[in-house]
Amino acid sequence: MDKDARDRRRPSPDALLRSAQRDEHRVGRLKIFLGAAPGVGKTYAMLLAARARLKEGVDVVAAVVETHGRGETQALLADLEVLPRRLVDYRTRVLDEMDPDAVLARKPELALVDELAHTNAEGSRHPKRYLDVEELLDAGIDVYTTLNVQHVESLNGVVAQITRIRVRETVPDAILDRADDIEAIDLAPEDLIQRLREGKVYVPRQAERALRSFFSPGNLTALRELALRRTAQRVDAQLLAHMQSNAISGPWAAGERVLVCIGANADAENLVRHAKRIADRLHASATAIHVETAHSLRLDAARLDSLAEALRLAGRLGVETVTLPSGGRRIVDDLLAYARANNVTHIIVGRTRRSRWTEMLGGSIVSDLVRRAGCINVHVIAEPETERPPEVRTTLREPLKLAPYAAAFAFVFGALAVAEGIEPAFGVQNVDLVFLTAVVAAAISSGLYPSLFAVVLSTLAYNFFFLPPLYTFTIADPTNVAALFFFTLVAVLVSNLTARVRSQATIAQARARTTEALYSFSRKLAQCVGADDVLWAMAYQIASMLGVRVVVLLPENGMLAVRAGYPPEDELAAADLAAAQWTWSRNAPAGRGADTLPGAQRFFAPMRTARGPIGVVGLDTDKPGALLTPDQRRLFDALLDQGALALERVHLVADLDDARRAAETDKLRSALLTSISHDLRTPLASVLGSATTIRDLGSALDDEEKANLVATIIEESERLNRFIANLLDMTKLESGALKPNVTPMDVGEIVGAALHRAAKILAGHAVRTEMERDLPMLDLDPVLFEQILFNLLDNAAKYAPEGTTITIRLERQRAQLVLQVIDEGAGIPAADTKLVFEKFYRARKGDRVRAGTGLGLAISRGFVEAMGGTIEASNRADRPGAVLTLRFTMPNGALGSAA
Amino acid sequence: MTALRPRILVVDDEPPIRRLLRTGLATQGFDIVDAADGEKALDALSARHDLVILDLGLPGINGLEVLRLMRERGDATPVLILSSRDDEVGKVKAFDLGADDYVTKPFGMNELIARVRTALRHGVQTEGGKPTFRLDGLDVDLVRRVVKRDGIEVKLSPKEFDLLRVLVQNAGKVLTHAFLLRQVWGTTTDPQQLRVYVRQLRQKIERVPDQPVWIATEVGVGYRLRAPET
Repeated sequence: MDKDARDRRRPSPDALLRSAQRDEHRVGRLKIFLGAAPGVGKTYAMLLAARARLKEGVDVVAAVVETHGRGETQALLADLEVLPRRLVDYRTRVLDEMDPDAVLARKPELALVDELAHTNAEGSRHPKRYLDVEELLDAGIDVYTTLNVQHVESLNGVVAQITRIRVRETVPDAILDRADDIEAIDLAPEDLIQRLREGKVYVPRQAERALRSFFSPGNLTALRELALRRTAQRVDAQLLAHMQSNAISGPWAAGERVLVCIGANADAENLVRHAKRIADRLHASATAIHVETAHSLRLDAARLDSLAEALRLAGRLGVETVTLPSGGRRIVDDLLAYARANNVTHIIVGRTRRSRWTEMLGGSIVSDLVRRAGCINVHVIAEPETERPPEVRTTLREPLKLAPYAAAFAFVFGALAVAEGIEPAFGVQNVDLVFLTAVVAAAISSGLYPSLFAVVLSTLAYNFFFLPPLYTFTIADPTNVAALFFFTLVAVLVSNLTARVRSQATIAQARARTTEALYSFSRKLAQCVGADDVLWAMAYQIASMLGVRVVVLLPENGMLAVRAGYPPEDELAAADLAAAQWTWSRNAPAGRGADTLPGAQRFFAPMRTARGPIGVVGLDTDKPGALLTPDQRRLFDALLDQGALALERVHLVADLDDARRAAETDKLRSALLTSISHDLRTPLASVLGSATTIRDLGSALDDEEKANLVATIIEESERLNRFIANLLDMTKLESGALKPNVTPMDVGEIVGAALHRAAKILAGHAVRTEMERDLPMLDLDPVLFEQILFNLLDNAAKYAPEGTTITIRLERQRAQLVLQVIDEGAGIPAADTKLVFEKFYRARKGDRVRAGTGLGLAISRGFVEAMGGTIEASNRADRPGAVLTLRFTMPNGALGSAA
Repeated sequence: MTALRPRILVVDDEPPIRRLLRTGLATQGFDIVDAADGEKALDALSARHDLVILDLGLPGINGLEVLRLMRERGDATPVLILSSRDDEVGKVKAFDLGADDYVTKPFGMNELIARVRTALRHGVQTEGGKPTFRLDGLDVDLVRRVVKRDGIEVKLSPKEFDLLRVLVQNAGKVLTHAFLLRQVWGTTTDPQQLRVYVRQLRQKIERVPDQPVWIATEVGVGYRLRAPET
C-alpha cells in the first residue's frame, strides 16, 4: 500500500507499463469533483456530467446522491436510475447508507457516489465511504464522486488553521492520487456567500453558527486557492507522467527524498501532514522516522498512542515509516546517519518548545541538526499554537518503586561505614571517592534517579560526618565548600553518564530478547514436521509475545476454518468469520482497528508468501483500545512472515512426498503394464504363430504337425481366456461387485471337481489327497471355491518342478476346517509370505518368473475373504516347498453333528 | 561340411512357442536346437550355431543378460530377439548389446522366416569380410574407397565414407544411434551430428533422397542398410 501510493505519487519511467496494466485489469476510472466549500455546486456538476454520459449510451446509476431538497438538483436526477439505499438501525434512528453490494450486483458502467468523505454508520462493511468506492473501482465500475477540499487528509491541518474548524471526516491523499480525473468546481466567494444568503446552500441546523463563520470571504478565498492548487498539483503529476512516458526530458526533480522526524508528541501528526505536502510538491518520496531511545521506551500510554497514531497516519498518507533504535549517541547522529545512508535531501523537524535551560543542558536537536546537516535542507516546522493544550509532561519515570532508592540508601550507608573506617588512616581528602563509588554503584544497579538520590545523600553525609564542624550541616572552611561543590558536580555527571550507559544496555537487552525470541521461534518452526505443529507453535508464540488471544485459520474446501488457536478456539462469530474471509480474499488486514469491518471482535491479518496468502491470523484481547502498538505490529508481521514461510515449507515437503509417491505408483503401474502385456501377448504369440505357420507352410507340414499346431492354438486360447477371466475377477473384487452365492457344500466334492478341471495342468505332477472323512458341510459359494482351489493347484504346478508331488490335505482343527495345498518346489522367500497375495506380486520380480498372471493368489485371497475365511502362505518344515493354508470356521451346530 | 544345414538355437521358456518354432523353421531346412532358460542356452552355445532366436523374458538369467555374456566371451553368432516387449528403450538396449534383429510377439511365421534368412546371411558376411559390396545400383569398394551409384562415382567426405562403411559392414542389421556415433566419431554425445551426416549421405547415394530405399530409419532406434540379395 505504501509503495503503491508512493509510486502513484511519483510517476516513474514505467508509467506506460502501469497505464497498460490498468487497462488490463479493467479497474474502474475515478473522477472527483473537488470543491472549496459546501454549496459550490459539486453535486450539480456531477449530475450534469453523468447525464452527458447517459446520452452517450453509458449505463449510469446513482448509487447515492444527496440533493438536500434542492429543486434544480432533483430535476437532474429525474432520468437517472437511483439504486435503493441500505437501511441501518443506529441507536434510535434509521440511517440510510449506500449499498455497495447492490451496486456490485447491478454492475453499471458508471456509478454516482456523492460525498466521498462520508463516514458510514456502524455495522457497515467499511467505516468510510471512500473504501466502498475503492471496492467499486476494483470491480471495474467507473465512479463519479464529490469532495470538499477540507476533507483531504494532508490539507486537514492547513484548513483547520485557516478556518479554526477541524473536520473529522477525511479521505487519504492516496485516493486523490488514484483519481483518473479531478475537476475543480469553482465559484467566486462572493457568489457562494450570495447563494448562502438565498438559502441555496444546505447547512445542517446544529452546525449553522459554526458554518456561518466558516463562510467568511477570507476563509473561502483561502479554501478556493487550496482546492485549485490541489487540482493543479494533480494536473502537474499527470503532465509529468505524460512527459516521462513520452520520453520528453524535463526539469523534474530527481532523487529528492524527504525525511520527517517524529517523536512522541502531539505535534507529530501535523509534521507528517506537512512532510507529505512538501514531498508532493517536490515529487519526492517521504519517510517518517522515529528514533527510539530509553526515554521513549518509558513513555506513558497516551503519548505512545499519539506516536502510534502519527505512524499510522503516515501509512495512510503513503509515507514510509521507520523506527530506529538509538545507537547510543545523540538522536541527531542517528538521524543524520540514516539520512546520509538513504540520500535524503530534506529533513523536516518540529520546533520544540523547550526552555532555554533544558536546551543548554540536553542540547537542542533542531540547532544541532541545522548546524551539522551539511547539504541537506532542514525545514523547521512551528507547532500550531491553537487547539492543543500546552504539552503536559506526563512522562513516567519507571513507576516509582522504593526498592531502588532503598538500594541507593544502602550503598551510601555502606560507603559511610567504609569511610568512617578508612578516614583515620587515609585522611578526609580521600573519603569523597568512597561516596563517589556508592553513586556509581547506585547508577549501575538502579538508574538515574536513585543515583541522583545517592548524590544528595552522599553530599549530606560527607558534610555531616566528615567536614568540620562535624555532625552539623554547616561548613567552617571555605575550601571545603568548594570541595563539596565539586564533589556534587562530579557525582551528578558520573551518575548521568552511568545511567545513560545503563539505559542503553536496557534497550539493547530488550531488543536482544526480541531477537532471541524470534530466533528461537524460527528454530522451533524449523523442527515442526506437520502443518498443525507449525500453526500451534505460531499461535502460541504470537499469544505469548504480544499478550493477545490468537486464532489461525486456513482455507478448507474454499472456506476458511479455524485450524489452531491459543487459547484453543473452535468457532468464530459470523462477523469475525466475515472479516477473516475478507482478509483472505483481499490479502489485506480487516476487523478490529482496521479500515474494513471494524465491528469484528478480532483483528485479522493474512499470512503471506510469495505465492499469495496461505492463511489468516486473528487477534483479540480484553483490553479496550488499539490492539497493537506499531512496534508490536511490526513484531506481529515478522512472526506472521516466519510462520507463513514455515507453513509453506511444510506444504512443499508434503507436495514433494506426493510427487515421490506418484512417481513410485507410476513406476509400479508401468511394471504392471509390462507384465499384463507380456501375459496377454505370450499366448497370443503361440496362437498367431501356429495359425500363420499352418497358412503359410501348410504344404510342408505333415498331418501330425498340423494337429499339434491346432492343439497349441486351442490350449493357448484357453490360457488367454483364463487370464482374461482372472483380470475380470480381479476387477469384480476391486469394484466390490462380487457377491458370493453361498449354499451348504461338501468341501471334498469341490476338491474333486477342481482336480478334474486342473488335470491337464497337473499332468506332469503326482497328486496325493489326504482328506479326513465325515467333515461337516460348509456354507460356501461352490464356483468361487473351485476357482480358489484351481488357482492354488495352478500355482503349485507352476512353481514346483515336474515329477514332484502335490499334496492336498483337508482336516479339522478345533472349530476350523483347514485345507492345505503343499508342493515340493523351492518354497517362498521368508520375507515374501505376505507379499505373495499382492496383486501382480511377480511383477516385482521382473523377468525372473515363470509364466503366470500374478493374479491367482490375489484373487484367491479376495474370494476366501468374501466367504469369511482366511488364507496364508508358509514353507514346509520337513523339506523345501510351499504350503498354502485355507481356514474356514465351521458352523456352530457342525461340531456336534460331526462327532 | 555339415554346415550346409544352418543350425538355429531357439531360447524361450514357453513350450508352445518352442514347439511352434521348431515345427515352422524345420520346414525351411534348418536344424533346430532349443533351450528353456538362459543357463541352458549358454551351455548350448559352447557348440557352434548359425543363429540364436532369443526371448528376453526368461527365468533365471534373462535374455539381455544372455546376449551380453555371449558378446563378452567373443561369440559373434547373429542373434534375433523375439520378445513381447515392444518399447524403444528395450529395443535400443538389445541392439546396443549386439542383437542383429528384433521381432515382437505376436509374430507371423513368414515374417520371422524372412528375418531369420537375413540374419543368417549377415552372419556369413561378417565372417567373409568382403571388400566390395553391391546392392542393385550401389557399389562400394571398401579397399579403394570408391562409391558408385548406377555406375557413376559419388564423392564422399571422409566421415561420410566412414559412416557408409560401418553401415555396409553391418548391412541388414539395425545399428543404434549410439553404436554409429561410437564407431564413426568415437563419441556418443551428439545424435544431431549423426542425423546431419545420414541426410548428406542419402543426398549423395539415394536415387530419391526423400524416399530412401538403401538407408532405412528405424524410428527411435537407429539406421539399417538394406542387405544385398544373394
